[in-house]
Amino acid sequence: MLSAPRYWREIRYRYRLIGSRCLKCGKIYFPRRLVCAVCGSRKLEDYKLSEKGKIKTFTVIRRSPPLGYEKNVPYVVAVVELEDGVNVLSQIVDVSPEEVKIGMPVELTFRKVRENGKEGIIEYGFKFRPIFE
Amino acid sequence: MHRVAVIGVGCTRVGELWDKSLKDLIVESATKALDDAGIDKVDIVYVGNAYSKILQTQGNLGSFTVDSLGFEGIPAVSIEAADCSGSLAFHEAYKAVRSGLVGKALVVGVEKMSDSSPEEVAKALMSCEDQDYVAFTGVTQPGLHALVLRLYMETFKVKHEEIAEFTVKAHKNASNNPYAQFKNPLKVEDVLRSPILADPLRLLEYTTVADGSAALVLCSIEEAEKMGKKPVVEVLGSASATDKLYLPERIGKLSFNATREAAKKAFEEAKFSVDKVNFVETHDSSTIMGVISLEDLGFVGKGRGASLVVEGGIEIDGKIPTNTMGGSKGRGNPVGATGVYQLVEAVLQLRGEAGKNQVKDAKIGLTHTIAGVGNFATVNILGCL
Ligand SMILES: [Zn+2]
Repeated sequence: MLSAPRYWREIRYRYRLIGSRCLKCGKIYFPRRLVCAVCGSRKLEDYKLSEKGKIKTFTVIRRSPPLGYEKNVPYVVAVVELEDGVNVLSQIVDVSPEEVKIGMPVELTFRKVRENGKEGIIEYGFKFRPIFE
Repeated sequence: MHRVAVIGVGCTRVGELWDKSLKDLIVESATKALDDAGIDKVDIVYVGNAYSKILQTQGNLGSFTVDSLGFEGIPAVSIEAADCSGSLAFHEAYKAVRSGLVGKALVVGVEKMSDSSPEEVAKALMSCEDQDYVAFTGVTQPGLHALVLRLYMETFKVKHEEIAEFTVKAHKNASNNPYAQFKNPLKVEDVLRSPILADPLRLLEYTTVADGSAALVLCSIEEAEKMGKKPVVEVLGSASATDKLYLPERIGKLSFNATREAAKKAFEEAKFSVDKVNFVETHDSSTIMGVISLEDLGFVGKGRGASLVVEGGIEIDGKIPTNTMGGSKGRGNPVGATGVYQLVEAVLQLRGEAGKNQVKDAKIGLTHTIAGVGNFATVNILGCL
């Protein structure tokens, strides 16, 4: 069972897609890092990532989803390459799996992600959806 | 520094072994390895396991294993690194014997998965990934492999049937392996027509629930020679390496730094290069991982792995015989034990005891395990010179 503090600690980053930027070498990361993996600096700041990107690769989860995701099946999970060059793993929503393609432009949205039983916390966070011109 | 020998090997059958517990599996493989070595005592036990804490809520496997064998009193080390647990246990035992601080070491890899529900197993398989930003998306372990598979096919313009051929070859070799999980021959159409696990990855491209245990005994070469062991299988190089946990940070390379780094270190120690290797046991947790591993280990160029497979280059009489006893797909993938199975198989090849799948003039073999989608890797090089 997920504890409230564990969920609460990540809210800021998961709700708004916040990563971190190294103050020394400028490298941007998602998820956030406490130590820069390029230059070793421990001085990093929160960094709001771009809310638009395109699909680099994707899959469709059809079988044996994790507990709490059963209602979503089938659902698309993709690596999204954001405009600032950072790759993010995310569900893609508001589109049927058959229509998803590599290179498809997508934008940030905010959704329910997981239910933890009847009594547990309902978790929210970022997902992406296609941008239709 | 001592040169290190493998003087005993043993393993259980791989599969859904309903009548065998974690303890039964450990004792069966360990006693076989001890009998093979002709000894009944060791100085230390290293046990590799990935999921007993999650699936059996059994922790403290070091003490558990030693007690199961009636060895109480000796030290024990329990090691978890997902699919690399067993091969990392071997690597650590190797370092201890090499240093001279340890005389005889027993390495046991074990996994018991068939008692658990598919949901529990799926959760366990995801435990090697970041929980807050990878598992949280709802992606499954096969889903992560599928992301790599799709990008690989798109980038290198490789057809799915070429990659799926890896399963066909695995089952072919497994059909001659008495302890393999899947001995049924397959055609590539069977693989591509099997149900979709996570698009585009098919069920028959991915390993499944398996129980099993494998074990081996290590000591110094001097000790092995004193015991009259002949031929002596020697560990010529052994290394492990890590990579970033978050796959999106490194997926674009379609190559795994952990494998390349571990291979580089192992070959530096062995003081020769990849062209000296006569066969390889790699970790095809999925078809695409098998293909990329052949490239990362240096057996074939980037983007050419699947062609090597299709052209028959990985068959027993091919350019580089691969997964000679069926690999993770054919022999089966009892996760924490898989790395030890590979080492047992390498020893059998080097001793000339691999039966119908014996590689002719096998002098040097390489084993390679990779955790998840590349966040950890081990490479071991064994020889019988
Ligand atoms: Zn930096």
